[in-house]
Amino acid sequence: MFPTPIEKSSRSWQLTYQALLPAALVLWLLPLIAVAVFSIKPDSDFTTGNYWGLPTSFEFVENYGKVFFASDMPRYLLNSVLITVPTMLGCVVLSSMTGFALGVYKFRSNLWIFFMFVAGNFVPFQILMVPVRDLTLDMGLYNTKAGLVFFHIAFQTGFCTLFMRNFIRALPFDLIEVARVEGVAEWRIFWYVVLPLMKPALAAMAVLIFTFIWNDFFWAIVLTQGAESQPVTAGITSFNAQYRAAYHLMSAGSIVAALPPVAMFFLMQKHFIAGLTLGAVK
Amino acid sequence: MSSSTKAATQSSWYKRNEIAVTPWLFLLPGVAMFLLYVIFPIFQSINVSFYEWDGLGEAEWVGLGNYEELYWDDAFYVSLRNNLIWLVLYLLAIPAGLFIALFLNQTVSGIRLYKSLFFFPFVISQVVVGLVFTWFYDPTFGLLNQFLGVFGINPINVLGDERYVTYGIIAAGIWPQTAYCMILYLTGLNAVDPEQIEAARLDGAKGWRMLWHIIIPQLKPATFIAFVVTIIGALRSFDLISIMTNGGPFGESRVLSFYMFEVALSEYGFRMGYGASIAVVLFLIMLCFIAYFLYSMYQDDKGGR
Repeated sequence: MFPTPIEKSSRSWQLTYQALLPAALVLWLLPLIAVAVFSIKPDSDFTTGNYWGLPTSFEFVENYGKVFFASDMPRYLLNSVLITVPTMLGCVVLSSMTGFALGVYKFRSNLWIFFMFVAGNFVPFQILMVPVRDLTLDMGLYNTKAGLVFFHIAFQTGFCTLFMRNFIRALPFDLIEVARVEGVAEWRIFWYVVLPLMKPALAAMAVLIFTFIWNDFFWAIVLTQGAESQPVTAGITSFNAQYRAAYHLMSAGSIVAALPPVAMFFLMQKHFIAGLTLGAVK
Repeated sequence: MSSSTKAATQSSWYKRNEIAVTPWLFLLPGVAMFLLYVIFPIFQSINVSFYEWDGLGEAEWVGLGNYEELYWDDAFYVSLRNNLIWLVLYLLAIPAGLFIALFLNQTVSGIRLYKSLFFFPFVISQVVVGLVFTWFYDPTFGLLNQFLGVFGINPINVLGDERYVTYGIIAAGIWPQTAYCMILYLTGLNAVDPEQIEAARLDGAKGWRMLWHIIIPQLKPATFIAFVVTIIGALRSFDLISIMTNGGPFGESRVLSFYMFEVALSEYGFRMGYGASIAVVLFLIMLCFIAYFLYSMYQDDKGGR
């Protein structure tokens, strides 16, 4: 193991390390801790200039209550869910199919199609912006959640195909050969042999897509406007405009907006990290 | 009778060609969506960049006019320069991530929670990161200036000063990016061959020499991915700029992706053609990297099945 395990080093370095860990963490998360502290302060602390002193009162319920009951925030959160979850499902369906096709079958254009997905996934959003906005307008889906969902599914299919194809490649190919010799139809091989083995990859991909889509801002402002369809990343700017200079509420709002992917991460940590680091180890 | 034979030949044709046809059936929906929303739009954008178009009325062919205008446009060069600064400084996230990963690669109690908490900034949306850092930099109450005040330094309005603004935003972007690189390296370090380390230790290698000659070569796959995601992340920077400064002050914090949006879709007007020409330039820059990434992946893939 590198660096040298701490148990094998001197007692003084062990103690220093134990002290360094929490100190480094606090320093690392300082901007976030500051926002968390802001979000429970009363309004009066900001008018009296008590920014960094102890809160004069603890206003957690008051501030977060305002976010949930006196603003459009619940609406934005719901929109985010209604955009994120269908995208997640769509990507899982499409990319388990494309990943299967590219991972299992040998045909001449296989690698080209694969590279098309990978290259498309790296493209800057701006080169797609004008035509995609146009297409969405033409389909009558501008400023709807469906318009965003369709685009997200299509775009994320690039990344997901890369992910699934590489995962399927690493599966033992014998399983498929055996099934073929037994005369199992190809779609049944997909459904009964490969798909069950893909479960961990599907879970990893679903959490990643959830996070990516929840955190998307660019497409939200290109394809939607207004509270009826905007997700929370775009909505937070209108929320902030509503509560301009009310830092305690803006902080509480930001924390609420950021929380769902954080919760997802802590609940599905193993899958999440497995997904993000796919390919980091040979 | 005839319909049943037809069905029989059909099914046998499918049966005979099952292995050739199946992949295409499986690819069809995904490829169709991807062509419609990603591949065709690239070419449409290139086409639009030869027109003057407000997004509604008749598009007017101007040939290379948009590109000529770009050539004389100072804002374009500011954006291009900032893109370059982003690209170079963003790469610092890679050594920073490696450093934190080395710091955290221990087995003391509670280390798993520490790793998760260090990774935390990556999970948060860039919009929130932007807001958090805007407040962090605030000249009246921001933590940064409170801290500088301890040393008797006058408050710096990072986001309001054209000399610092881009660096201030990049620092906010490097924060989550470092977390990502850290997690890549933690995974990589986990898989480093312990026998090689022991062998090197017996040969008297330690510290920097060990890191440089034994560890980093084994971390190559992690480093490659870190490079890919960091470069893409740097060139995609948009959210932070939009949230923190909206391109200001005086457009000094624009990058190409933001300038393109501003030109094509904001109160400054709907110049789709001109915006598209900026997007094409950004695309061409990205294309160099994409070609390199694909080449590396291809070299890698030849070894596989």
